Amino acid sequence: MFGLDISRIRTVARTDLKQLRQAKDFWVPMTLLGSFFFVIIPTILLVTITSIGEIGVVDQVADTLDVLPAAAQTQIPETTSGGDPVSDAGRTAYALAVFLFAPVAVIVPLTISTAVGAATIVGERERGTGEFLAHSPAGAREIYMGKLIASLIPGYMTTVIGFGLYSLIVNLVVGPEVGGWFFPTFQWWVMIVWVLPPFLAICLSLVLRLSATVRSTAAAQQASGLVSLPLIMIAYSQSTGVLFGAGYLPFVLGAVAWMAAFFFLSRGVRSVTRSRLLGVAAGM
Amino acid sequence: MPPLQATAFPWCADSSKVDQPAPPDFIINVQNVHRSFGDVHALNDLTIQVPRGSISVLLGPNGAGKTTAIRMITGALGPDVGTARVFGLDPTSADGEEVRRRCGVVSAKPSLYDRLSGWDNLRYSAELYGIGKGPSADNAIRDAAGRFAIEHALDQEVGGYSTGMKTRLALARSILHDPDLLLLDEPTSGLDPESAVAVLELIRNMTSEGRTVLMCTHLLLEAEGLADEVVIMQQGTSLEWGTPDALGEKYLPEKRVHIGVTLPAQLDLLSSMPGVIDYDASDGGAVVEVRTFDAVPDIVNRLVAGGAMITSVSPFIPNLEDIYFAIRREKGSSSDELPPPEAPTARPARSRVAEMAR
Repeated sequence: MFGLDISRIRTVARTDLKQLRQAKDFWVPMTLLGSFFFVIIPTILLVTITSIGEIGVVDQVADTLDVLPAAAQTQIPETTSGGDPVSDAGRTAYALAVFLFAPVAVIVPLTISTAVGAATIVGERERGTGEFLAHSPAGAREIYMGKLIASLIPGYMTTVIGFGLYSLIVNLVVGPEVGGWFFPTFQWWVMIVWVLPPFLAICLSLVLRLSATVRSTAAAQQASGLVSLPLIMIAYSQSTGVLFGAGYLPFVLGAVAWMAAFFFLSRGVRSVTRSRLLGVAAGM
Repeated sequence: MPPLQATAFPWCADSSKVDQPAPPDFIINVQNVHRSFGDVHALNDLTIQVPRGSISVLLGPNGAGKTTAIRMITGALGPDVGTARVFGLDPTSADGEEVRRRCGVVSAKPSLYDRLSGWDNLRYSAELYGIGKGPSADNAIRDAAGRFAIEHALDQEVGGYSTGMKTRLALARSILHDPDLLLLDEPTSGLDPESAVAVLELIRNMTSEGRTVLMCTHLLLEAEGLADEVVIMQQGTSLEWGTPDALGEKYLPEKRVHIGVTLPAQLDLLSSMPGVIDYDASDGGAVVEVRTFDAVPDIVNRLVAGGAMITSVSPFIPNLEDIYFAIRREKGSSSDELPPPEAPTARPARSRVAEMAR
């Protein structure tokens, strides 16, 4: 495909992931981060709202639901499937579960993938293993793609697993209040499957480029933080738009993101060169 | 005492040997290559030709451009000016993949993944070099590791290896895909003498299997006796190249013998002897410059006939260190970075390390 040896790409990606598995000091904090955003915070918040019942605070929060876009408001159920009215606490918990936690699905994968991607190429150089790759038959583009996949998978897999756990928590905690299991909604599926991956790819294309050009892992981490922060904000706003939006809007947003991702990746693929793996490229 | 014959001094018979020029079948042909990194000229008109099946050694001080030369050969770096051909192919073109697949490289640092096991390091290489996976790849891994006596540690994380184990694993990795050309950048750096000797012996064995070896080192003792061809490098350029014997003939053509005697006064006889160009007498003997080593038995016989008590007769055959410094002196290295010319003394022609490796 495109003159690339897929088996080599797979080999580079698999080897990187294997090293990541061995790095407890990396995946333990990242697992905690995922657990914190996908499990701990939602559980505490949703259980609190559904347990404390109709008190002033919940009523006030329920009142703010009126400011949501009309398309979003229509999604919040007024009655259960059995015809019983949904309580304010139930409606509030529903709105929080469906709309408030959108950034969770964005922050976690982007943070994890940025952390992996930032170290991936400069790390080869620092450890001296870039020399091995530079002398190997693997093409620079194959190495880039392998590194991209190895950086993408940890973030996306954490999100998929976290999303599964989050869905379970929402259905177990909020479901009884609104008449049964309802999550994930269609918009969440669109966001996870269609909108999030291109944003992840855009972020990684920039981060890998930085990783290929800076002198040290520390510099790569710092620079990547600066690059990924605005991207997280953009991704967050777009994700929220997807959740609030209706009709074809989420698909259009996703399509634009995919096009941008392909553009950035096609530029980023040139950032990995053998001289950069060796650390002797001009400007390094 | 019967007169001595030339056969009493085996080194006499070889003294007139002139090395034949290298065969034209060059695996590596680097011509007039320049390569700069900013203001630093790493390679400056470098020319290297490596014959098939030989062990060629790039000799030079740190910063001479040896590592850059290896990187140029695999196409990891391209030349700014000049051409590099390996197996007749341009390593910086689309043929680079084939060139790299046929090369095995051991870098100055072992370039191993510390968090992976030895086995996984070799498997990674096997897959990148197209050996693939499965039983055949596993057998190749076991064979390569076995050759360098590292198979017992394949299941351990490389981070826990000693320097010697890492070097042996890197060497095993370099031959895993059965390369035609081995490029070794200071392969014994950091090794204890026993391991270094073992590694040099293994390198010698590589060529007997038909492989070509290009090795970089700044250790003259290491190259001594191992190198079929040497390239003396300095500041990114090749000062001189050829077989050690040919270079010795060219740069240190004087034939000298140390003759030990009990009474130095008897050495005056040397002044009128045929075949003697010059001599330098000192306590216990003299360094005699002769026209040819074949004249030595006659000189010894005449000294004995004149009443001299000979205690020893040793040729001065220049070793690689003598040749290296002679070349660097003649080619214009600043005198303060080179040792003064050494007075010839009796000593073995080959280093112990090289002899052990043989």
